[in-house]
Amino acid sequence: MLSSLIYDRTSPLSCAKIVVHLHASPANKEPGPYQQSKFSYFKLSFKEHGQIEFFRRLTEELSQKRWESTPMSQPIPTATNSQTGRTRAVGIVGIERKIEERRKETEKISQSKLMVKAKEMVELSRSIANKIKDKQGDITEDETIRFKSYLLSMGIANPVTRETHGSGTHYHLQLAKQLGDILLAPLEERGGMMALTEVYCLVNRARGMELLSPEDLVNACKMFESLKQPLRLRIFDSGVMVVQLQSHSEEEMISSALDNVTDKGSLTAEEFAKLLGLSVLLSKERLLLAEKMGHLCRDDSVEGLRFYPNLFNSQA
Amino acid sequence: MSFEWPWQYNFPPFFTLQPNVDTRQKQLAAWCSLALSYCRHHKLYTLDIMEAQESPVFNHKNIDRKLSMEAILIVFEELRKKGNLEWLDKNKTRCLVMWRRPEEWGKLIYQWVSQNGMVNTVFTLYELINGDDTEREEFHGLEDWMLIRSLQALQMDGKAEVISMDDGKGVKFF
Repeated sequence: MLSSLIYDRTSPLSCAKIVVHLHASPANKEPGPYQQSKFSYFKLSFKEHGQIEFFRRLTEELSQKRWESTPMSQPIPTATNSQTGRTRAVGIVGIERKIEERRKETEKISQSKLMVKAKEMVELSRSIANKIKDKQGDITEDETIRFKSYLLSMGIANPVTRETHGSGTHYHLQLAKQLGDILLAPLEERGGMMALTEVYCLVNRARGMELLSPEDLVNACKMFESLKQPLRLRIFDSGVMVVQLQSHSEEEMISSALDNVTDKGSLTAEEFAKLLGLSVLLSKERLLLAEKMGHLCRDDSVEGLRFYPNLFNSQA
Repeated sequence: MSFEWPWQYNFPPFFTLQPNVDTRQKQLAAWCSLALSYCRHHKLYTLDIMEAQESPVFNHKNIDRKLSMEAILIVFEELRKKGNLEWLDKNKTRCLVMWRRPEEWGKLIYQWVSQNGMVNTVFTLYELINGDDTEREEFHGLEDWMLIRSLQALQMDGKAEVISMDDGKGVKFF
């Protein structure tokens, strides 16, 4: 249950974020996608824009609490239903209920039949979404997002692809091959390295409706090496994950970091990022790597974190 | 003669405890050396840690950098391990700084004694550190506690014996 919403402007260097805090679910909670969650909040990160509008609409919805005023037993609206505002909310609730019923049914069915059922459910929700859209004018963006996330939460985000290639390892194998093709050019453009979040956005924008889940992306990337792809997934000490070109030379990265720092006397991660045209995150990782190898040392003060050539080593 | 600062003193990273282990080792060695030579130059034998934090050694106002208390304690621990520092209290607020260790002082004193043919003579402690004869010696003005330790070191080596006299202590060299 949503308890509060915070618009997070605190970190100027990263995307705008909205933090949604949740209450523990009450005992008499109606059935829905999740009965309960182990998390007490989630963050929505907006890469470019949309956060202000989204925040406004979500706050509006929260204060109106339209979902509470609509009974669950209402049927799915047909073309003849003329009540506008209430119908939309009822429609979604009705769909959820129907999908929930179907879900309970499918638990008892085998894998292959499950795929069929999943496909049915997706068809169902798609057709309903279309009907609503036609009758009610433009379906709002946040409702569409809600739908997609609801489908994702049900684990049927890519029923078609999974159906063609099965689920699990085989699916990830195919995906890994696909990624290998898609990512080569972008990687070259960006100096051979991309943060996994950048990859995620890039790939999903290309796919459109059939969104890739983060887990699927990571699992596919883990297979690069065994597939002898020219890419690898790499995890830094800090936990940051990147996809890197195999040909990408570590030595080069480090010596270029040293050259740049020596040239300018000293550099912060932000200054280095500007110089290279890379994200601050990746620039920082390069500086940290050069420090780890003993080529750079750090000056950490109220003025910020700055890297210098390691004169402790080079000078007597 | 004014004190000559080492190149590290003007290098901002010198005041940040380095995470790279090898780099840190070199950094700490430089700090130990600086702390000791500063104390030697100003003939400081004891340090109060709070005062030390504000002293020019650890607080370089010109470049607006100071060594954190955590780092100062680490430097002092290095000095202690090398035998150049001793804590006077459990809370680590005051310490003795031995920019020359007792053994080294002992050697210097013995050298002077034997060079002047004064072996087998008895000296009062006062004479040794405050007498006219020793005015040009480095150990002139040495603090009592350090002198006693130096003589004890010589005693261990069998080169001297500390004697109790009527009005204080004395020492005989062999």
